Amino acid sequence: MSVDTKSGGVEFRDVTRRFGNVVAVDNVSFTAAPGTLVTLLGPSGCGKTTTLRMIAGLESVSEGKVLIGGKDVTLLHATDRNVAMVFQSYALFPHMTVIENVSFGLEMSGISRKDREEKAAEGLRLVGLAGYENRLPSELSGGQQQRVAVARALVLEPEVLLFDEPLSNLDAKLRRRMRDDIRDLQQSLGLTSIYVTHDQEEALAVSDKIIVMNRAVIAQEGTPRDLYERPADRFVADFIGGANLIEGRITGRAERSAMVDVGGVHIKVPDRPEAPEDVLVAIRPNAIRLDTTRKEEGLPVVVRKSVYLGSHMEYALESDVGELFAIDHNVAGAVAPGTDAVACFNETGMALVAR
Amino acid sequence: MRRSQWFWLAAGWIGFALLPWYDTPLSDDRTWSLPALFAGLFGSAPWLLPLLVPLLLPIVYLTKDVHARATSLTAAGIIGIAYMILQGFAFGLNGWSWTFLESLLGSTDGFQNGFGYGANVTLFSFLFMLTEGLAARGWMKGDRFVTGAIGLVIGTILFFVFLPVSTILTNAAIPDGEQSALVSFFHRMTDQDIWSLSCISENRRCGVFWNSLRLGVLTGAITTLLGLAFALVATRTNFPFKRGLRLLTVLPIITPPFVISLAIILLFGRNGTVTNFFADAFDVAPSRWIYGLPGILITQALAFTPIAFLVLIGVVQGIAPSMEEASHTLRANRWQTFKYVTWPLLRPGLANAFLIGFIESLADFGNPLVLGGNYDVLSTKIFFAVVGSQNDPGRAGALAIVLLMLCVGAFYVQRRWLGKKSYQTLTGKGDSGRPSELPRGLKYVCYATAIPWAIFTLILYTMIMFGGFVKNWGRDNSFSLDHFAANFGLEWTDFGLLWSGRAWDSLFTTLEIAAISAPLTAGMGLLTAYLLVRQRFAGQAGFEFITMLSFAIPGTVIGVSYILAFNTPPLEITGTGIILVLCFIYRNMPVSIRAGVAAMSQIDKSLDECAMTLGATSAQTVRRVVLPLLRPAIVAALVYSFVRAITSVSAVIFLVSARYDLATSYIVGRVENGEYGLAIAYSATLIVIMAAAITLIQFAVGERKVSRRTSSDAVKQEVPA
Repeated sequence: MSVDTKSGGVEFRDVTRRFGNVVAVDNVSFTAAPGTLVTLLGPSGCGKTTTLRMIAGLESVSEGKVLIGGKDVTLLHATDRNVAMVFQSYALFPHMTVIENVSFGLEMSGISRKDREEKAAEGLRLVGLAGYENRLPSELSGGQQQRVAVARALVLEPEVLLFDEPLSNLDAKLRRRMRDDIRDLQQSLGLTSIYVTHDQEEALAVSDKIIVMNRAVIAQEGTPRDLYERPADRFVADFIGGANLIEGRITGRAERSAMVDVGGVHIKVPDRPEAPEDVLVAIRPNAIRLDTTRKEEGLPVVVRKSVYLGSHMEYALESDVGELFAIDHNVAGAVAPGTDAVACFNETGMALVAR
Repeated sequence: MRRSQWFWLAAGWIGFALLPWYDTPLSDDRTWSLPALFAGLFGSAPWLLPLLVPLLLPIVYLTKDVHARATSLTAAGIIGIAYMILQGFAFGLNGWSWTFLESLLGSTDGFQNGFGYGANVTLFSFLFMLTEGLAARGWMKGDRFVTGAIGLVIGTILFFVFLPVSTILTNAAIPDGEQSALVSFFHRMTDQDIWSLSCISENRRCGVFWNSLRLGVLTGAITTLLGLAFALVATRTNFPFKRGLRLLTVLPIITPPFVISLAIILLFGRNGTVTNFFADAFDVAPSRWIYGLPGILITQALAFTPIAFLVLIGVVQGIAPSMEEASHTLRANRWQTFKYVTWPLLRPGLANAFLIGFIESLADFGNPLVLGGNYDVLSTKIFFAVVGSQNDPGRAGALAIVLLMLCVGAFYVQRRWLGKKSYQTLTGKGDSGRPSELPRGLKYVCYATAIPWAIFTLILYTMIMFGGFVKNWGRDNSFSLDHFAANFGLEWTDFGLLWSGRAWDSLFTTLEIAAISAPLTAGMGLLTAYLLVRQRFAGQAGFEFITMLSFAIPGTVIGVSYILAFNTPPLEITGTGIILVLCFIYRNMPVSIRAGVAAMSQIDKSLDECAMTLGATSAQTVRRVVLPLLRPAIVAALVYSFVRAITSVSAVIFLVSARYDLATSYIVGRVENGEYGLAIAYSATLIVIMAAAITLIQFAVGERKVSRRTSSDAVKQEVPA
């Protein structure tokens, strides 16, 4: 394979970026180890794209340092940084053919015509677009354009590959396939990648590490499993996996689990050592099971709404502690609206977060 | 040091030590053809030697670290520019330029000519040393191309727009006889000629300010109403000849502004067709009623209605049909919908069209010159203050200030106040629906105004096209080619082809000057547009305002300011072709800026960023990505600059010389001599040439767009300006 990689890590040291009085990124530090895919996840306006653009050198840094491959690149211009970026809009040059697009970066690096033709062809083969060399970008489908954008970035053999919401312009089905392709390519080439998205499912699917950002700061970082199972606060719990957040009070603690009083019902939840007495219980929608016989111990609820979605049912439940949202894969035993039931909670789908 | 830094330092030295510093010598003294270094050391120009300081500074710091080198370059640039400008202005053809220097330093018999090659090369190299230094210090993320471009645009605009305009100010304050500068300035600015209101109380003439204001307001109102009628007919009725109406919008672009006056004279002048008809039929004695306010008003309304139409058609089309459809579903009938929905949405657009008409009317020079009679307006008054027997630069300066304030004031109102008030209801999302039809009564009103006016325009243009083929209009209406032969005669003599026509010289000069200035204008305009749209830097809002401001400066003001500013060293270019080219560049630049801004805003910014992350420098990005996508805008800017250079009259009439005469000023000269036949024939020829050029290029550009559409699925970014 002629597309080598010279992966280097990325490090942010106390980086701040201000636009006038607005702080877009506030004193953020993190590292991305070489060869891993790190996702910046968060709602729009949280500073994730600004962070990515600071890595690319498209945005200047107000304070702090950016390191790529151990070298301080804070003052280097985008042109001089060894990174490549896949843009949300793909940013394919509409007046150049596919092969011209892919070899553009090589040409700018002063590589000979023969070498760059070889490399560009290899890059296109890698993304499965061999044979499309002489098309214009406008003659390709959305997914193909996306692949060209990836190939164009890959052939430069960058130390870091940046993705700015690369899949947001694709339809749901294609998005799934492209994200798997990107992940496969990244792993097989051992590329260091920084990936920006606001789609939590996409982030869970592709990442080695996820950095959740909110309001210009890092809310939590960790592996996908860490974030889903042990969210640090109510924002992360809600943003990843959409938890029901219910106030509770710890009544007793055992090893690695705690008994929590929720509206008079005692449930067992994996403990967080640092949690105070008054907590919020984050209950994943799929951790709620409805017992219409009302024999089991649990929270009494009334089914307000019941939606059939083919593979599963969605319920809106009313209880004394507030409204709950539940997902149940038991489609055969669907519960009709208006039914009284008992909600039982599965320990693995719950977490404690601070109020 | 970087290669580019070496380059500019070397250029500075070449200009200083190798090229002749001064412009063509007036005296025989050998000093004047010497490079600055020798003129300074051995000749009579020792004041040039201090320039060694900035030229040596970067060399001294050559061995120091990057930061110190950058600082030395920056300092060298600033010192060099500052000293050259100070020195250049302090010393004129006859010793000190400023009297206080004489009292300070004693009298001198030294003098200097204007800047020559050496001085210009060195001045530019100082400018780029400064921008290189700033880039190396990290300004604009260290981008040398961008800092250089900013330096170039700001530097030349300051020199070729602001310096001349401020010269007017100083001229208005030239001491008048015994009076001090301030008193004379005050006297000139408060002259009865400008401000008198005696036409209200007594039967005397009013001040020229009030004349201009009245004309501007009337023209603004009339063109707005006519433009609205045309816009409504074109978009909200099923009028069968809509395409013909669109043609109307091309006319003012290719018509030299005063040509309509000529046609009006042929119709309503003492020997005009209509005048003769009435004289024969009703025994009305021919009079000169057309010379004065009525004539100017009619011609300006004819000339500027298409502009208002162009503005208002955009406004009317910008109202989303869904607004009116919503109103209909809410039980409003056509009239109520128009009154309560359409009209209020139109109002900011109407105000805008009014202000544009107002500014155009104030800036117009050709029509008042030809048809003004005793009705003086500011622009013609300025002309006669400079060119006529008065030759009073102080008075011209004062009048120019008044005119400038009026125009810039209106421009400011238009930009700041209306800019925020416009209602943009069309969002760009698929907003289907049919615009509602006009209420019946209103429709007939629109028809009744627009159609006769369109026919009138048509008649006038027919007269312009064919008036030149008549022996002597009004007296002897027989067919003749005399006028064309006199203008464009060709004779075959023993020495080969002889261009015997009187107009050839000016026609060739015009085409040459226009062809030289068009690419420069387009280049500067697009470069400025790139900086405005694609770069962010401190003071950008001010930068934008400065660049657009030259749009509001009337041509007469520019013309006067150029001869006042560039008549003496350091830049002595009056009477050359260079001053015409420079005048066109900085007068027409705003149009290319607009074309560039419009086109560049359509190109996704991530394309530039992507090129950067792929390792392209910003100069490479511009060349490889931005320019190819801008091609339609470039062509538009080129054509427009070319055509405007040909039709312009107000500014260049001050700047032409015997060697460099332009078509428009030649025609105005014929009109002043009463040679209407020659003037009309020449105008018709110009219009045909420009129409041909525009059609040709529109065809080429349009063709390209179509082929792209059919071959591909429409490249969205590529919407021509």
